[in-house]
Amino acid sequence: MSTDVTDLPEQVTSMIGVSQYSQTASFDVERSYAYNTLAATQNANPLYWDDAVSAELTGGVIMPPTTLSLWMRPHYWEPGAEGEQVALQVHFDMKALFGLPEAVMTDNTIIFHEPVRPGDRISNSQILRSVSGPKTTKLGTGRFWVIDVEFRNQKDQVVGVESYTGFGYIRSGATS
Amino acid sequence: MTVGDALPELCVEVTPTTVVLGALASRDWRPMHHDYKFATERNGVADIFLNTPNQAAWFERYVTDWSGQRSRPGRMKFRMKTSVFPGDTMVFSAVVTDVGTDEVGQGWVSLDVTLTVAAVGDTPDRIASTCEVRIAVPSTDSDNPWSRSGDQWIP
Repeated sequence: MSTDVTDLPEQVTSMIGVSQYSQTASFDVERSYAYNTLAATQNANPLYWDDAVSAELTGGVIMPPTTLSLWMRPHYWEPGAEGEQVALQVHFDMKALFGLPEAVMTDNTIIFHEPVRPGDRISNSQILRSVSGPKTTKLGTGRFWVIDVEFRNQKDQVVGVESYTGFGYIRSGATS
Repeated sequence: MTVGDALPELCVEVTPTTVVLGALASRDWRPMHHDYKFATERNGVADIFLNTPNQAAWFERYVTDWSGQRSRPGRMKFRMKTSVFPGDTMVFSAVVTDVGTDEVGQGWVSLDVTLTVAAVGDTPDRIASTCEVRIAVPSTDSDNPWSRSGDQWIP
């Protein structure tokens, strides 16, 4: 992604490369929830359905690797919470800082490390890596940004690393 | 498996349930994945659309259908060029781009996966997403990539 950092506000440049929003999930990894992903994708891999297979290959039940991010996504609502609860706060910070009301993800990289298991409690933190200069796509005019997220289990083992590219934008003809 | 091998295609009809189930399965409550008016009027797209983690899960399912339960995903990198909407037919295809063994003896296969939305009427096929996958595969009948940990696992 080409970058043009010369027009970035100091509030943004000071965030680049800094680990933010370190947090631990408010719930344990739960096997029953992983079945939703398996059902949604009609994934019949015996590793996730047959305990004898998971016992032989992985020493017990593991979660499908691509469920990584779901174990850190907040409840839609919980006591004491106000406003929309979001998983990737830096993404929403960028939208707000640049006055870009809409956003989509365009790229995702996931590196899988230690398997995630039922009962794990996952933690993560977010790092803004880069922000582009203004860009216009068919969706509208805005900016691309790259955010890395590292996930660890309660043993402080890395279970995965994700990188997202988001595009925040104002639709063509709209005003912020 | 050798470089150039093609995987069998997988075709999936996308319904609103496909999109909503996938979003909620990944605990993604953002409205563009379940609220038609929000998606069309706010995001300016044609309909609710498949969310990012669910696309990742579809890529995992597609590749591991082929590579088997002993294979272990190492990494995936995908670019979403256009959205996938209800009414679309997803067609997953892939080709083997690399086969090798790393410094600790783990066998790896790299794949280029393409998610195409099939043509409807006068609307041609469109490539919705492209995905590079690196997946560990057993080197022998007794090898088990899942047994690797720490510095023996280099994804």
